[in-house]
Amino acid sequence: MAFSYFPHTEDDVRQMLERIGVESLDDLYSDVPQDVIYRREYNLPDALSELEVRQYFDDLASQNHKMMCLCGLGAYDHYSPAVIPHIISRSEFLTAYTPYQPEVSQGTLRYIFEYQSMITELTGMDVTNASMYDGATAAAEAVMMAMASTKKKSRVLVSEGLLPQVVDVVKTYAGFNGVGVTMIPCKDGVTSFTAVQEELAAGDVAGVIVPGINRYGIIEDLTGYADAVHAQKGLLIVYSDPSALAVIRTPGQWGADVVCGDAQSLGIPLCYGGPYIGFLACTKDHVRKLPGRIVGATKDVDGKCAYVLTLQAREQHIRREKATSNICSNQSLMALYVTVYMSLMGPEGLRKVNEASYGGAHYLHDELLKTGLFSEAFEKPFLKEFTLRAEVPAARIQDALARFGVLGAVEVEPGLVNFCVTEKISKEDIDAVVALLKSSFNRGE
Amino acid sequence: MKYYDKLIFDLSKEGRQGFSLPVRNWSAGLDEIPAVLRREDAPALPQVSELDVVRHYTNLSQMNFGVDSGFYPLGSCTMKYNPKINEEIASHPGFACLHPLQPAVTVQGALKVYSELARSLSEITGMAEFTLNPFAGAHGELTGLMIIRQYHISRGDLKRTRIIVPDSAHGTNPASAAVCGLEIVQVKSKENGLVDVEDLKPLLDDTIAGIMMTNPNTLGLFEKDIKEIAALVHQCGGLLYYDGANMNPLIGKVRPGDMGFDVLHLNLHKSFSTPHGGGGPGSGPVGVAPHLVKHLPYPRVVELEDGTLDVVNEKGESCGRISGFMGNFGVILRAYTYILMLGKQNVRMVGPLAVLGANYIKESLKDCFKLPIDSVCKHEFVFDGLADQSTGVTTLDVAKRLLDYGFHAPTIYFPLLFHQAIMIEPTETESKETLDGFIEIMKHIAKEAAEDPESMKTAPHTTPVRRLDETTAARQPILKYKDII
Repeated sequence: MAFSYFPHTEDDVRQMLERIGVESLDDLYSDVPQDVIYRREYNLPDALSELEVRQYFDDLASQNHKMMCLCGLGAYDHYSPAVIPHIISRSEFLTAYTPYQPEVSQGTLRYIFEYQSMITELTGMDVTNASMYDGATAAAEAVMMAMASTKKKSRVLVSEGLLPQVVDVVKTYAGFNGVGVTMIPCKDGVTSFTAVQEELAAGDVAGVIVPGINRYGIIEDLTGYADAVHAQKGLLIVYSDPSALAVIRTPGQWGADVVCGDAQSLGIPLCYGGPYIGFLACTKDHVRKLPGRIVGATKDVDGKCAYVLTLQAREQHIRREKATSNICSNQSLMALYVTVYMSLMGPEGLRKVNEASYGGAHYLHDELLKTGLFSEAFEKPFLKEFTLRAEVPAARIQDALARFGVLGAVEVEPGLVNFCVTEKISKEDIDAVVALLKSSFNRGE
Repeated sequence: MKYYDKLIFDLSKEGRQGFSLPVRNWSAGLDEIPAVLRREDAPALPQVSELDVVRHYTNLSQMNFGVDSGFYPLGSCTMKYNPKINEEIASHPGFACLHPLQPAVTVQGALKVYSELARSLSEITGMAEFTLNPFAGAHGELTGLMIIRQYHISRGDLKRTRIIVPDSAHGTNPASAAVCGLEIVQVKSKENGLVDVEDLKPLLDDTIAGIMMTNPNTLGLFEKDIKEIAALVHQCGGLLYYDGANMNPLIGKVRPGDMGFDVLHLNLHKSFSTPHGGGGPGSGPVGVAPHLVKHLPYPRVVELEDGTLDVVNEKGESCGRISGFMGNFGVILRAYTYILMLGKQNVRMVGPLAVLGANYIKESLKDCFKLPIDSVCKHEFVFDGLADQSTGVTTLDVAKRLLDYGFHAPTIYFPLLFHQAIMIEPTETESKETLDGFIEIMKHIAKEAAEDPESMKTAPHTTPVRRLDETTAARQPILKYKDII
C-alpha cells in the first residue's frame, strides 16, 4: 500500500478502523448500494515513478513544435521576467485556499488589492473585481451586467470586430439566458458606428460591446459611443488589451461603463491557451452588479491595516438563484502573476514593451508588403498586430512559415491574415522570416 | 507568520525600474498613433527595483497559510497535498511555449495530454467522454447545465426549463442554474440528511430538465436512494447532473456513471491534487453519457483515422463555446501528472483513505461537538457547534481559535441545514499523527470554551492580523490604492 502521497501504515489503518468500530475499509462503504461499487480493475496505466513521469512528459513535449510567434488573436507572446515564477511558486501563495479566513490570508488579499489598484489604473475605471477566468468569459459576464443594470431591455449589440472566440462565448451565455444578440458589422476594418446608432434607436438595447483594439489589430476610435449609448440608457462595454492601455486612450477616457478583456498580455506564458486571466472593471455606479470577488481595505480590532473580501452580498453563495453570475472563484494566482509583472515593469517598462512591439510590427508590416505576397487590407492605425490581404492562398503562406518553425499569417477570415510582433522579436528575426517567404514563393529582390 | 504593512505602491520611487528589456532601434514610434487614440498620462504603476519586488512579495507570502504550511480541515474543499512534480511538469517549456492557435500537427503532445486525461477521467467516473475546457467547478456546472438544456432543445422539448436542486446544495448550484436560464425547484432533505424521495416524486413532470445532485451530499452522506432517484428522474424525461465537488471519497470505489448520472463536472483542484492558488486557476472538466457527447462544447479534441489528434472548432450540435481556448491547460497538465503517479494501483485507495480519516475524526470528537446525524460518513461530516452550547462560544469562535493553534479553520455555517455547522474534511494525504494533533486541539478548544469563553470570543490572538471590521469595509468600500491616498 505504500505510496508517497499516502502516509498511512498498515498499523495506522488498523488503529483508525478500531476507533471507528469497523473491521475494514470496505465497511466504510456499507451505506453504498453494493451494485454500484466498482470492483473491476481500472483501465489506467500502472503507477509510474517520478523519474518515469518526467521522461513521459519529455517525450510528449518533444511531439510539440516550439515556434517563433508572429501571431496574436487573443494570446500574446510577451517577455516574462525571471522573478515571476519564483514568486508565484511560493507555496504560501500556490497552495492556499480562497482567503475566507482573512487573519491567515493577508498575503493573498493584499496582492489582490494591488491587482485591483493596477487594473483600475490601466483601464481608467473606478472598480474592478479580483479577476475572471479569461477574456471571453469576462466579456460574457459584462454583457450579463448590462442586462442586470438596465431592466426592461432585451438585447445587446456586439461588434463583429471582437475576437471570434469572444463573440462565440458571449453568444453562448446570452443564448441560454434569453438575451438577444445583434451583431454590428465592421466597415473598412472598424465597428460601424452608424449601425450602432441605428440599432440604439429602437430603445431596447441594454449594452454595446466594442473592442478597444479589434480582431484586425486596429485601434478603434470610439468618439461618440458613450454619448450615443447613454442617451438610450444602455451601458458601453469596451473589450481591451491591458498591456496596450499603458499607451492608448483608456476605456475610462472614452466614457465606458464596463471594461473587460484578457490580461494574459501582461507577461503570462502562452501555455496552449491557459491559465490566463480575465478582468472586469466598471464605474462606481455599477459596482453592486459587478460579479466575482472584490477585496477591500479595513482595520482589525487592534487598528492594524488589513484586507478582506467585501461586498459579498452581491455574490452567488449569498444570493443563490437570485445571483446574476455563478462565478465563485477568481484566477487568483494569475492575478498575482500579472501584479508582479506590472510591479516589475512599471509605467516605463510597459511603455517600452509597447514601443518595441509597435516598431517591430510596423517594420514587419512594411517588409511583408514589399514581398508582393500581401496587400493592405485596411489603412488604419494599429499597435502590435495587423491584418493583410494575402495575394496567394493564405494556407500556403501559413504552411510555408510553419515549415520553418514560424507561426504567422493565421487566417482571420477568407483571404485576410494576422501578424503580431512583440518586444521578443528582433530585426534579424523579421529579416529572416521575410527572406524565407521570398525564397519559398520565388519573390527575389 | 509576521505582520508586514506595506503595499507595493508604498515602495515606489520615481526613476526606479525592475525590468530588463532588449533595446530595439525601430524607426516607427508610438507618436505616429493619432493623438485621439493615445494615452497621454502614464499609468500610476509602482516604480520599484527587482529586489523591492522580490522582498515585498516574500513578505506578503509570510502572512498566508497554505497546504504546505499546515492542516486544512476545510469541508467540501478537498485540500489535499499538491505534489511538486505537478508544478515541474506544468512549467515544462515544451508546453509553456505553445500558442493556442498553432496548427494541430505542431501540438500533438499537448493534444495527447488533453485526450489522455479526458480518457482517464472517463475511466474513473464511468462517463463516455469529457471536455476539459471549463475553467472551474462553477464553470463546469454551468457548462453541464447548458448541455442538459441543449439536449432538450435539440429534441424540440422546449418546456423543460425547471431544475430540481436539493436544499442542502452548494449555493453555486442554484446560481449556475439561474445563469443558464433555468428555474429552480427545491427538494427537501429528510431528518437523516438525505434527499426525500417522497418529496421529490410530485415535483417530477414534463417541465423538469433534470436534477442536480451532490453525492455524497454536503453533509458527507451517501445518497443511498440514488438508483431509485435516477429511475424516477429518467422516467419523467429529465437528466441527472452530478456535482463533482464531493467526488474524492468515490475515487477508486464508485463511478457516478454507474449510478445513473448523465452529466457531471469534476474539480481538478480538489480531487486531482492541483493547487487552489488562493482561489484559482482551477479546472472543471465535464463528462457526459454517450447520448450527450454531441452536445459537449467546442473546441473539441478528436482522434483522426491515422491516430493523430485534431481540434474541431465548429458549433455543430454542441452547446456552444464556453472558453476562449481549451481551458486551463497548465492545470490539465498537473492533474494528468497526478493520475500517472497514482496509476491503477493507488487510484483505488484515494477514496477509502479519505473516508477513513473523516470517520476517525468524527468518532474521536463526537463527545465534544454536537453530531446531528450519527452514521458512517464519507469524506466529510458536519458538527452543529460545540456539544455544550451554554457557554455562548460559537462556531465562528472555534474556527478562529483553531488559527491560533496553527490549523486552518474548517468550513463554517454551511450547509445551511444547521445553525452552527462545522464541516470537516481531512483528505487521504494527512497522516494519523496530523489528525491526532487536530483532534487533541479540538478537544482542548472545547475545554477552553467552558473555562475561558472570553478569550475564545476574541480569538485569534497570534495571527498577523486579528478579527477584522468587515462592516466598515462593506459600508465605506476602499477598493484600490487611490482610495487610500
